[in-house]
Amino acid sequence: MWITSPSKLLDQPGRAVEHTLHAITQVLERSLFAEELSRRTGLFQALDARVKIVAVLGLLISVSLSRSLAVIASIYALVLLLGVVSAIPAAVLIRRVWLALPFFTGVIVLPALFLTPGPALVGLPFGMIVTQTGATTALFLLLRVSTSVSLTLLLVLTTPWNTVLRALSVLRLPDVFVLILGMTYRYVYLLLRLANDMFLSRKSRVVGRMSTAENRRILAAIGGTLLTKSLDLSGEVYLAMQSRGFRGSIVTLKPFKMQGRDWAWLTALIVIVGASILLGR
Amino acid sequence: MSKKPGRVKLLAIYYAALLVWAGTTAMHIPDGYLSPVTCLIMFLLVLPFWVVGIRTVRGTMNARNVPLIALVAAFCFVIMMFNVPLPGGTTGHAVGAALAAIILGPEVATIAVSIALIIQALFFGDGGILAIGANCFNMAVIIPHIAAAIYRFFSRGSTVNSPRRLVGAAIGGWTGVTAGAFFAGIEFGIQPLLFKAADGSPLYAPYPLAISIPAMVIPHAIIASVIEGLLTALIVGYLQRSNVSVLEAAQGSITTGEVGSLQKLRPLWTALIVLIVASPLGLLAPGTAWGEWGTTQLSQRGLQSIPAGLEKLSGLWGAPLAGYSLRALGNASLGYVLSAVLGIVVVTIVVWLFMVLMAATPGSHKQAR
Repeated sequence: MWITSPSKLLDQPGRAVEHTLHAITQVLERSLFAEELSRRTGLFQALDARVKIVAVLGLLISVSLSRSLAVIASIYALVLLLGVVSAIPAAVLIRRVWLALPFFTGVIVLPALFLTPGPALVGLPFGMIVTQTGATTALFLLLRVSTSVSLTLLLVLTTPWNTVLRALSVLRLPDVFVLILGMTYRYVYLLLRLANDMFLSRKSRVVGRMSTAENRRILAAIGGTLLTKSLDLSGEVYLAMQSRGFRGSIVTLKPFKMQGRDWAWLTALIVIVGASILLGR
Repeated sequence: MSKKPGRVKLLAIYYAALLVWAGTTAMHIPDGYLSPVTCLIMFLLVLPFWVVGIRTVRGTMNARNVPLIALVAAFCFVIMMFNVPLPGGTTGHAVGAALAAIILGPEVATIAVSIALIIQALFFGDGGILAIGANCFNMAVIIPHIAAAIYRFFSRGSTVNSPRRLVGAAIGGWTGVTAGAFFAGIEFGIQPLLFKAADGSPLYAPYPLAISIPAMVIPHAIIASVIEGLLTALIVGYLQRSNVSVLEAAQGSITTGEVGSLQKLRPLWTALIVLIVASPLGLLAPGTAWGEWGTTQLSQRGLQSIPAGLEKLSGLWGAPLAGYSLRALGNASLGYVLSAVLGIVVVTIVVWLFMVLMAATPGSHKQAR
């Protein structure tokens, strides 16, 4: 099931090809993981995808609007809870978010603790002072980012991607757009595999270390080949579509059917979103 | 601002950390950094470019473009994972937007890169969902349009195999990403000015423009932009050697008519830039523009009582850049220039959208098929 990641090779510097292979593997691994979780039985998996999208969007907006830390924190707790009843262990959500967060938002927010003007909260050695406003700001940013990312994860991990795409038409997105989005998603995997194969085949013929310039040359050749291949492929895909009757108009199948449970959850989640927007003002 | 000990040292540490950080990421803004209002405005700013992109797609070719855009978007997604080594050992990721713009033209590249960004946000959590508008503006609108303009400028009248095109591709990629980072810096920097809690702590991105713009622009100019320029030039060079037809096809798809009309407007653009640069001169002029008095200035001018209606209305519309001040910037002149740039960008886009909607009746844009 798991694709072994070539992370052991990453210790040496100047190994761009390995880094790229690692990144590609990670994407494949993540989407396999998401597909697996979305096929489990759980609360969110059973819900109509449209309800989930509306709910997640609504919650994202209320997280974004909120001026109250308590409201954002309770939405975060709600997300973790919804994860647990949807067969997604809280540890998975927490790990995925908080392993990466310190390196990105953490680095960004750290100086704000000291640089934001305001009353002093804690004094640190070297005359650095954590201000109260700085701490509030940092908390807001960290909580908002982590809750938003968790919300997105909750949607992705409980819904197969093609269902998400079909449900996007609820948002009144043009059908052409949804069609292109779906095709892109599908061909991302094809191109990822092509790139993976090219990098691997190149790597397997190399003994020892490649210089940086050589790495770059390979990268350019693989990138250029990939571009040529995608352009050629688009012509072939078009012919294939045409020969199957595609004339530019798009018909989407909409087999979604809202059931009693979906309506109940939609109402509940709308109430939660409304309440959190009101409370967070 | 009670005490600021070690502030310079802190800033140095901060920039060093950001340098490392910016080297490994593209500028995908997550949700939580921008206020919902900013997100909405950025969406509205991108919308006309999406409209134009879709119109260009419909105009130049036909249904063939559906798989073309899908595959170029997929290509952009994959190229964003390429780890590009710089001389000296640093590595980082490119956006691929400059390359897409050179091959497809900026209008179509906007659509392709946007779709790649939307898939990243929706399915992989890279970049926020509400921030999709901002991310698409910075990376799918700014980078392709600037990169394509520079590439065209350099390659004008050159053969397909000319090294001038490599220079154009490199400079285009570098400038595009740097400009994208600049806009991201502006978007971050206006947050603490506009959105604060009751006690004054910023609710979203915490740094004012004076920090956020250099913090975004400098590391990107040193790492991410270089990577974009490098990769774009490398791949254009590879195509020159192995598959010239792709570059030749790109030449044909360049909308020749519009380049001409843009050239005609060049004196106007020059004047506009001069005006932007000169806008801080307004600081030297005493007083307020005639007829633009606020309620306080009206009373200074001897108006005994403010009309009740005016007083009520004056609170109704708080402009996002009230008084063009951008106070936290500390530097009034720079604030003026930035306000001017922002204002002109917004106005240009609105006017352009209007013109496109008025002019682009089906058929007027197309070349004979």
